[in-house]
Amino acid sequence: MHDTESGSQALRRNDPGLHIPEPAFRPGDQPDFSGISLPPAGAVARPSVDIDPSAIRELAFSLIRVLDEGGHARGEWDPQLPADVLIRGLRAMMLTRAYDQRMVRVQRQGKSSFYMKCTGEEAVAVAAALALRRDDMCFPTYRQQGLLLARDWPLIDMMNQVYSNSGDRLKGRQMPVFYSSREAGFFSISGNLGTQYSQAVGWAMASAADGGSRIAAAWIGDGATAEGDFHYALTFASVYQAPVVLNIVNNQWAISSFAGIAGGEQSTFASRGIGFGIPSLRVDGNDFLAVFAVTAWAAERARAGLGPTLIELFTYRADGHSTSDDPTRYRPTTEPSAWPLGDPIERLRDHLVTLGAWSIEQHSTLEQELAEAVRAAGKEAEALGTLKDGPRIPAASFFEQVYKDMPPHLVRQLRESGL
Amino acid sequence: MIEAINSAMDVALTQDPQVMVFGQDVGYFGGVFRATEGLQRRHGRDRVFDAPISEGGIVAVAVGMGAYGKRPVVEIQFADYIYPATDQLISEAARMRYRTAGEWWSPITVRSPYGGGIFGGQTHSQSPEGIFTHVAGLKTVIPSNPYDAKGLLVAAIEDDDPVLFFEPKRLYNGPFDGHHDRPVRNWSGHPDAQVPQGHYRVELGKARVMREGRDVTVLAYGTMVHVALAAAEETGIDAEILDLRTLIPLDLDAIVRSVKRTGRCVVVHEATRTCGFGAELSALVQEHCFFHLEAPVERVTGWDTPYPHAFEWDYFPGPARLAAALRKCVDT
Repeated sequence: MHDTESGSQALRRNDPGLHIPEPAFRPGDQPDFSGISLPPAGAVARPSVDIDPSAIRELAFSLIRVLDEGGHARGEWDPQLPADVLIRGLRAMMLTRAYDQRMVRVQRQGKSSFYMKCTGEEAVAVAAALALRRDDMCFPTYRQQGLLLARDWPLIDMMNQVYSNSGDRLKGRQMPVFYSSREAGFFSISGNLGTQYSQAVGWAMASAADGGSRIAAAWIGDGATAEGDFHYALTFASVYQAPVVLNIVNNQWAISSFAGIAGGEQSTFASRGIGFGIPSLRVDGNDFLAVFAVTAWAAERARAGLGPTLIELFTYRADGHSTSDDPTRYRPTTEPSAWPLGDPIERLRDHLVTLGAWSIEQHSTLEQELAEAVRAAGKEAEALGTLKDGPRIPAASFFEQVYKDMPPHLVRQLRESGL
Repeated sequence: MIEAINSAMDVALTQDPQVMVFGQDVGYFGGVFRATEGLQRRHGRDRVFDAPISEGGIVAVAVGMGAYGKRPVVEIQFADYIYPATDQLISEAARMRYRTAGEWWSPITVRSPYGGGIFGGQTHSQSPEGIFTHVAGLKTVIPSNPYDAKGLLVAAIEDDDPVLFFEPKRLYNGPFDGHHDRPVRNWSGHPDAQVPQGHYRVELGKARVMREGRDVTVLAYGTMVHVALAAAEETGIDAEILDLRTLIPLDLDAIVRSVKRTGRCVVVHEATRTCGFGAELSALVQEHCFFHLEAPVERVTGWDTPYPHAFEWDYFPGPARLAAALRKCVDT
């Protein structure tokens, strides 16, 4: 856990052997998160965007929260969004969940090779997408599909990619969920974790060199902060004061390794930014309003030429790492439901109900509508083929675009392949 | 040659506002080998600047800048230091066009001094080109003289694919034929040292016949071109010497044309032998010229050891070793 007052440190000091971090709970344990220190919603002050980073170091150890347990928005970080924007966010999060559910089902049917859900983390991407400008450039990981959905990117285009079918713009070259959309400002996903983080800083440096107002935003998981690219990104962002929002999605788990294996036991991930002089904030990642507000704050800083911001989104990966993973083998089955920061969709729903702008009936109607929309798009996509059946891009196309122009050795190999 | 490389970047910076040049010590100071001298003064600090000691970061931000629409030219101070950047080069830059089906690409040029001959030991002498020629999506270019260095570098910068541009550092200040015990020569008076001021390109993927001959074909690049010329001269063997100039894409037609005529082939490079680029050349020659070959293809390379500081001249494939291989090949 992130509570440095917890017993783990004392235990370590008394243990003469090598310290191997262990998560608090393993299968069979009763998860109890009462030891996590959670400041009440509204407790953390919102500084002005031009504040000296050294004056807000405590924000890297606290937790910015807006929505309280009763569904009310509290404190200075409340972005005071109009109800229609909140409903848009709610809808995008619900669509993301409905989409994930459907794509896991079709993977189980053998129509695609693989899938990755973001269940429980929908606010991380969706709230950020709404707080950023549409032409800001996103450098996501594979768990920010919500960015595309919040930017109204067509479901069928995403499904075509997952199916590697004849409508796949990426021509069947990439694993499912490794989307790319220049038009949606969604950078190509890489399986080599962390590489996009430092690239985002380069993109932001180029934008700054052009005097442009477009900024970059990047996401990385808690586990991948251990990669060199994380250090490169923070170094270059700090040195060149790049207009970039650097998000760490701390969802507690990197496949089977808990955040402690990435160094999360000794300090918060947000605190990594302090040594670089980068304003570093820790936020309740399941709180749509808090994620929106913090992203907007960071984006305003970047656009004003005030440099980068590091944001740790404290959340929980409620499902497996991917369809190839079985989390029951390394954590209690009850852990997701015991997570004390709740579900981002339910929390925003309850807030809207509290405001009188939404009802449980409207919610279930929308849920059905979205499930139906996903089903309809799925049918349309499957008509273009799946990995199992149906049309695909001609195989010879996989020789193309290795280079801008096909060099002679590939021309020879294409001929040799008989494709 | 260093002035030619400087001039190529100067021309690129002048002609294309999207070109940016950065790396360790390249800004105010102008680079440890002076390749970027004066460029910051002429083109501004936001286009030519110093980068942290972070090869992985340098290439990563270049990839990001390329995605934005810039045309970055970065320097890795020594090719021996390029390894932290391999993930960004191999997994990212090389595949960006492919994995996005052309939505993005990496029009980046990575310049790096490589090779031995300066008593740089194992951290300032390596020839890692074979690591990158193995990677689909990268181009690898190695000049052997000032004229080519400028023309190839201009072409590399203008190319929309990622290009590794390895500069034989022993040739920066003059041609070197491997006779380390003879007086150092500079480039003045050398026919390939006449470098035009303005813009010109030497097309990537085209080899050049440096010496015509009938007895044996020598496939060389970088410093080894000069070693091969010396070995031919000293043995009296009528060798045809090809300067490959670009390893990927490779000018196979020129190689096949020459080997079919001579019936013999010697491959030479400074890099270690096993899985070196010479292995690929040797395989291509036997695939395409087998029925014209009158002798096995010979390889003259660095030994399969790290680069030993005090034993540089026992390690470096100099004219004596190449001469022996030429004799063996023509006598077979």
